[in-house]
Amino acid sequence: MSFHKHHLDNGLPIIAELSDEVFSSAVGFFVRTGSRDETPDVAGVSHFLEHMVFKGTSKYTADDVNRIFDEIGAKYNASTSEEVTLFYAAVLPEYLPRAFELLASLMQPTLRGEDFDMEKQVILEEILMYEDMPTFTAYEKVMGAHFTDHPLGNSILGSNESITDLTVEQMRAYHASRYQTANITLAVAGRASWEEVLRLAERHCGDWPQGIPERRTDEAEAEGQLVVFPREGSLQQHVMQMAAAPAATDDLRYAADLLSVIVGDDAGSRLYWELVDPGHAEAAEIGYNEYDGSGTWMSYLSCAPEETLTNLGRIQAVFERVNQEGVSKEEIEQARNKVLSRIVLRSERPMGRLGSLGSNWVYRNEYRSVTDDLAAYRAITPDDIKRLLERYPLGQTTTVAVGPLEALA
Amino acid sequence: MADQLVQSHQLDNGLTLLVEPMRAVQSAAFSLSVPAGVVYEEEGLNGSSAVLCDLMMRGAGDLDTRALSDRLDRLGLQRGESVGWNHMSLSGATLAENLIPALELYADIVQRPQLPEDEFAPVVAGVQQSLRATEDEPRQKVIIELRQRCYDAPWGRPTDGSLAHLASISLESVRALYERSMRPNGAILGIAGNVDFDDVCEAVVSAFEGWEAGPAVPIVRGERGLRHDHIPSDSNQTHIGLAYDAVPYRDEDYYAAWAAVSVLSGGSSSRLFTEVRERRGLCYSVYATLNSLLEEGRVLAYAGTTPERAQETLDVTVQEIRKLTEGIEEAELDRVKAGAKSALIMQQESTGSRASSMVRDWFHLRRTVPLEEVHRRIDSLTVNDVLRYVREHPALDLTLLTIGPEALEVPDVVS
Repeated sequence: MSFHKHHLDNGLPIIAELSDEVFSSAVGFFVRTGSRDETPDVAGVSHFLEHMVFKGTSKYTADDVNRIFDEIGAKYNASTSEEVTLFYAAVLPEYLPRAFELLASLMQPTLRGEDFDMEKQVILEEILMYEDMPTFTAYEKVMGAHFTDHPLGNSILGSNESITDLTVEQMRAYHASRYQTANITLAVAGRASWEEVLRLAERHCGDWPQGIPERRTDEAEAEGQLVVFPREGSLQQHVMQMAAAPAATDDLRYAADLLSVIVGDDAGSRLYWELVDPGHAEAAEIGYNEYDGSGTWMSYLSCAPEETLTNLGRIQAVFERVNQEGVSKEEIEQARNKVLSRIVLRSERPMGRLGSLGSNWVYRNEYRSVTDDLAAYRAITPDDIKRLLERYPLGQTTTVAVGPLEALA
Repeated sequence: MADQLVQSHQLDNGLTLLVEPMRAVQSAAFSLSVPAGVVYEEEGLNGSSAVLCDLMMRGAGDLDTRALSDRLDRLGLQRGESVGWNHMSLSGATLAENLIPALELYADIVQRPQLPEDEFAPVVAGVQQSLRATEDEPRQKVIIELRQRCYDAPWGRPTDGSLAHLASISLESVRALYERSMRPNGAILGIAGNVDFDDVCEAVVSAFEGWEAGPAVPIVRGERGLRHDHIPSDSNQTHIGLAYDAVPYRDEDYYAAWAAVSVLSGGSSSRLFTEVRERRGLCYSVYATLNSLLEEGRVLAYAGTTPERAQETLDVTVQEIRKLTEGIEEAELDRVKAGAKSALIMQQESTGSRASSMVRDWFHLRRTVPLEEVHRRIDSLTVNDVLRYVREHPALDLTLLTIGPEALEVPDVVS
């Protein structure tokens, strides 16, 4: 295992964690742009652009792109979050040059008008598809309700209206302003030679436009609200709640992650024993999400509508007890074992390593090996959790309910 | 493809152990499949397997539910339990040194579950709620309902249960299901990872040899649901489920069948994605997949789209499926082969995938198939092989199920 890093002359950062013990190579372009970087008139453009990237360049048509990736057996895809648009491919090592060339060229797509009009239909279908999924609706609504007047509350998909009204010129302008070298990280994991990675990067990324796009990263101050979205005909009630948690650059993030496992992992956690094991709820979980400058405790409850209020009370009681008393050494030990084995298992595949390799660089400009991460979790004590809870107690600041209920009171 | 060595051992009680040592990893994974799937449920008690599966994890041997869960967590076990048609599957992955202690706990779970009375009502409540959540997700529901219409009972049975049956399920019926179906003969334990065969074998024999074999449970074939059906819903999209016959995994034409479905819906240059999504923008999600039981198989296809465009989506999807018989390009098959090769090689990076693949091979074929052999068989396919297959198995008798505001017209069968 070896780590390498370099900046091209145009400012593009390149990082790689290479190993001969694996069978494949994974390459990813992490673009530091997402829904939080959008203005209301282009809501959803980051995600729509992620689709449009695969429509090709002056050299490759959309059909070419689909065909070539399949010809080399690439496992490839892309994703858009509030903060990062990621394009990635996992291939056999002999196909890395071909995959690299294609993926890199797509970062400067042509964005043709006719492709834009056709793909708009697909995006509108995607929005409708997610509207048929209550958990997704709850996520989008709770982000909007928690981050009011803060860009993290922007919808990733945008709305039917914003997508319908979006023009290809607006998308081109957005692309030009965000896909600049200081805003993109190239990461490679798995079986490859560093010299080859450098050569490929020079050849295919060397002429990319330079620039340092801005982003507002002040910490959100959620005031909290309760919003209910009645959904006729549905049977189960879905509730998501949020409260402030450490940001991505905060050293407390490891403790926060561990605490979320102790309190709200899908099995064997305090919420599990209090709500799921006794059959009060189908799911009662809490997760920790880190962002640029902000963070959230996000809890999720799925239960029978008539049980909702009682269950929210049970969750509140669990949170209050943790906030007051902290957690035990044994709980830390147990959760740590779960987290450590998760890390090791995920890291055995280059595709699994690529995510944390890229994220560490995008968010913190640092490299962390698997060993570094394991050590960070091993070092956590009950006192660390106490310090964390003093600053970021578990809470239910913002509540969004989606399901049969008309009101929550 | 790297060298691969799978060693096997059959215990006197019939349990088959399959082990693939993998030296480059730190983890180990196991997959234990017991012939206790939904096909063994009693008529009218669909959901008893799901209840049993959950209840088994709530205390075993001397450990109550809490103690058992804590022990598994302390071993760092990433675990999963699922009910299938033929099998109930208990699986897990963790650091290799924790594998044997984890298996010892699973020996208790299958042989000495407490199936405690006070946990029964909570488990049923959990199963009920997860069924209600599925009712709220038409995209999931359409495939579950489609299976009931394209496979004869009990092979079309929902694996998570049926809301209408839950009230009839009692603790006694679940305990009876345990007694009847949880048995070592027909059970398969696959293990892959940084382990030594002799060590694992010794531990498995010692932990599982006391598990008593039982008689095989007969299955009575029943009827399937309506071939063309519609479930009204005020969903935003119309969700379309389609099915037609295919050969099962054990058939000598399986790889040709698999290649045909891959030409249709393998990568993003495949026909359904290209024609339905890329050229016409009808869908975000459209796919077809090959599903195999022991003796029969189906292609299951899905598309979700706006109600106004649903008929066109169905027509184009069916047209593409049927057009396969008219010809397949050499380049299309080459792409399918390239995808298979990289998937096979990357499988060697995952202990969990290897463990479950070995179990699947053994169930269907009574042997494990080296990745090299799979590669060779796919690589040697010709366009004519695949064409011959699709012409011998044309998609004429379609099962169609839709969920949405309005029913659709079944496209004409051109025979």
